[in-house]
Amino acid sequence: MNLDIESASLILSAFLFAVGTAGVLVRRNAIIVFMCVELMLNAVNLSLIVFSRSLGLEAQVLVFFVMAVAAAEAAVGLAIIIAIFRHYEGVDVDRFNLLRW
Amino acid sequence: MMEAFFFLLFAVMAAGGAIMMIASRNPVSSLMYLVLAFFALSGIFVLLDAHFLAAVQVIVYAGAIMVLFLFVIMLLNLGHREDIDMRGHLARLVALVAGSALFAAVAALVLRGDESTLASEESRLAVEAMVRARGAVGALAEPLFTSYLVPFELTSLLLLVAIVGAIVLARRRAP
Repeated sequence: MNLDIESASLILSAFLFAVGTAGVLVRRNAIIVFMCVELMLNAVNLSLIVFSRSLGLEAQVLVFFVMAVAAAEAAVGLAIIIAIFRHYEGVDVDRFNLLRW
Repeated sequence: MMEAFFFLLFAVMAAGGAIMMIASRNPVSSLMYLVLAFFALSGIFVLLDAHFLAAVQVIVYAGAIMVLFLFVIMLLNLGHREDIDMRGHLARLVALVAGSALFAAVAALVLRGDESTLASEESRLAVEAMVRARGAVGALAEPLFTSYLVPFELTSLLLLVAIVGAIVLARRRAP
């Protein structure tokens, strides 16, 4: 089987997304769960860049926006983690029950 | 041939870094493996002719965002090995099955799709001509500052809201 670089990149992107999903399911540390979400965003960026080669450069603009939103998400998410750490003395996602009534 | 070699190198680095990130029990080494994966991904971006985004990937992701994560890990003193961090066998099995199913589904889609899925040859040539005429940055700036100008400006508003929100959330409550 002869894979070109674009199909191989799409498969790599699928693999990275799957690893990110597995990481979200398997880790308890909220910061590492966040890092897995960043990995999933990057996997999507990779597939968007593959598509931008043949479908037009607007896809790269979308990657740009994904990066900006990821930066905003990381800032707010880490601030929430700091606030939760102060409350619970830990970052274990199993112990967060602020929204449970 | 050279391209295939570098692609394989970066792909193995990215995939290995990602797997080691979720397998490593120390948060700091997890983060370092993620940085490795991001560097490898930026190499793949270069191979795919997205030079500007490769630079942004290194500066913004591997540089700024990952340093932010490292700051928080150090600030909360989480930089040591935590065995409780990994879930039990059942959750690992669920994660393995879910991950493999997701990967298999998308990979089957990619492998089964014919050439028309990835657009025609003339649109590919049009994109290449655009990049050659305007350069990697100019070709990206053209749509960004014309048809996507309003979303671009809204992004700055989003970042401002994120800054204010982060300060409000992480600030200590006044006594």
